[in-house]
Amino acid sequence: MTTETAPARRTIRIGDRVFSGSTVVAGCLILLVLAAVAVFLILQSIPALVAKPGTLPNSAENFWVYVWPLVFGTIWAAAIALVIATPLSLGIALFISHYAPRRLAQTLGYLIDLLAAVPSVVFGLWGINALAPFVQPFYAWLTENFGWFPLFAPPASGTGRTILTVAIVLAVMILPIMTAICREVFLQTPRLHEEAALALGATRWEMIRIAVLPFARAGIVSAMMLGLGRALGETMAVAMVLSPAVVVNFFLLTSLNPNTIASNIALQFPEATGIGVNALIASGLMLFVVTLIVNSIARLIVRRRRAFSGAN
Amino acid sequence: MTTMTMPGRARNSFTAGRLPRGSAWMILAASWAVFAAVFAMLALSGATDGFNIVGAVFFGTILFDLTLFGLSFVVEGSRKARDRLMTSLVATAFIIALLPLISLSYTVLERGLARFDVVYFTESMRNVIDSGGGALHAIVGTLEITAMATLISVPVGLLASIYLVEYGRGHLARGITFFVDVMMGIPSIVAGLFTYALFVMLTGDPGIRSGLMGSVALSVLMIPVVVRSSEEILRLVPNELREASLALGVPKWLTVLKIVLPTSLAGLTTGVMLAIARVIGETAPLLIVAGFTASMNYNLFSDRMMSLPVFVYTQYANQGPDAVAFLDRAWSGALVLIIIVMLLNLIARIVARVFAPKFSR
Repeated sequence: MTTETAPARRTIRIGDRVFSGSTVVAGCLILLVLAAVAVFLILQSIPALVAKPGTLPNSAENFWVYVWPLVFGTIWAAAIALVIATPLSLGIALFISHYAPRRLAQTLGYLIDLLAAVPSVVFGLWGINALAPFVQPFYAWLTENFGWFPLFAPPASGTGRTILTVAIVLAVMILPIMTAICREVFLQTPRLHEEAALALGATRWEMIRIAVLPFARAGIVSAMMLGLGRALGETMAVAMVLSPAVVVNFFLLTSLNPNTIASNIALQFPEATGIGVNALIASGLMLFVVTLIVNSIARLIVRRRRAFSGAN
Repeated sequence: MTTMTMPGRARNSFTAGRLPRGSAWMILAASWAVFAAVFAMLALSGATDGFNIVGAVFFGTILFDLTLFGLSFVVEGSRKARDRLMTSLVATAFIIALLPLISLSYTVLERGLARFDVVYFTESMRNVIDSGGGALHAIVGTLEITAMATLISVPVGLLASIYLVEYGRGHLARGITFFVDVMMGIPSIVAGLFTYALFVMLTGDPGIRSGLMGSVALSVLMIPVVVRSSEEILRLVPNELREASLALGVPKWLTVLKIVLPTSLAGLTTGVMLAIARVIGETAPLLIVAGFTASMNYNLFSDRMMSLPVFVYTQYANQGPDAVAFLDRAWSGALVLIIIVMLLNLIARIVARVFAPKFSR
């Protein structure tokens, strides 16, 4: 994209040197920041990782005992959120790309993007004051009638502030990014594939199943990974909505819920001192590593995809 | 996008094995009406407090999906029925996604207007223990912290994107592109922890909190957004402009400064504003590194500094004896936040549209 001038005599200009130098520095600064994040987190984590029994919060024996319920809660909440958000975002993306009238499509896209603009603390407030009271009766009904199903084991939480409510809020929060990516990939489907399917007599859904979805599979996976990354790291909505406990269980509707790493940090940090701070930072390091891996995989898939999409 | 061709319109659409046109809409209206009636009865009998419109729309839409599938299966056969089912499910997904948006905007407006008054914007929370008080200190804090974060992020992000577009090639450029993408996914709380760890190592004071730390944490989140958006905009600048300038003997750095940047100024502004809109609502990192306080603090470089999102959170989390006053302040804070974010988004889009360079093709 940049064009090399081929000068007969090569003059070296100070301005060029300084300018290109400063852009390189800025670029490297970004890599440096990412490295610094890892280094400083590791340095501050070490005291917690080697802590003697009895010094850690929650009277945990060692750091891994302390962090395990949090890791479990983080993954569990994010996984439920993903289960809720994936079919929804696929549906919305299909609706915008293949069903809605062309003229409306962009406006509808904006509407979904509006969800992304809402700060997470507002989602938190909404979760406690609007969503939790709304879903609580359903939870009570579920435990009464489907209590034999392990996930819905009674007793139902009286406030509705359970891990399922949190997952619903998280799902709403990750919808916009997942939808945006799916939408983009769906729109990249080669037009000829779609038309060929229709010409063979496929209904619209059959066309989507045989032409659009196979083409978009990698994109959908990467959208899920990015959504997962967001859900893993989301803090305030979880911290405000969940009523946490130090437990590991799969019950969706009770008032004893495993906490997530991010929410635990936000709740404990302002009061933490000494080794407690190091323990929180160490748990943050775990979160950082997990999201880094998830995001890298997502980006690698997207990248590979991009190489293919030119071949329409 | 696809058009259903109607093969030689039959005398009666039922005999042609089709549902009559518009039947889908009628079924939708009917199912909504059914559940509106159900929820109205529930409300009247006192089982729920107030009419539950979200529930009515949600269950009505589900009923519609099932009814349409059943009818279509009987009349039109299984393939067409499955097509109809998927069409209605896809539309249902969209409607379900709109429900939280509607519910959220309604709740924030309704609850937020209670304290949306002059006192709220002119007073801090100093010496306020129940009702009254305002969020001026939080608004000032948010503006200062975000402005500082912008001052840090924009030069770095812009230069990095210029490197990627104008100079970068090879491993370094590819590495930066990849890690910028990865950095976009850093959880905000980790950015906060990093800043805390950094400043504790630098100063040795484990209780350190300041507005500047908040700005640094926000910059970590903001830089990748700025890089990504600026890069996209800079790539849109036509190569002919660069070539013309270079052909006239203008040095490359002046070409970038005087040709490329002015051409893409509107897009860059839009990108920066969207980036600001994205970080201005961040709560978790500020809660950790900027702390919270009830008093006004104009100084970024020392002491705790309140910000609007943290204000919302603390008003909710540390309710005093008069809980309603605290919740009202929290909701008003949420309303102010949303207004700020929406304004930023709106202005950004207007800037993009009005000042966009006109390439005559």
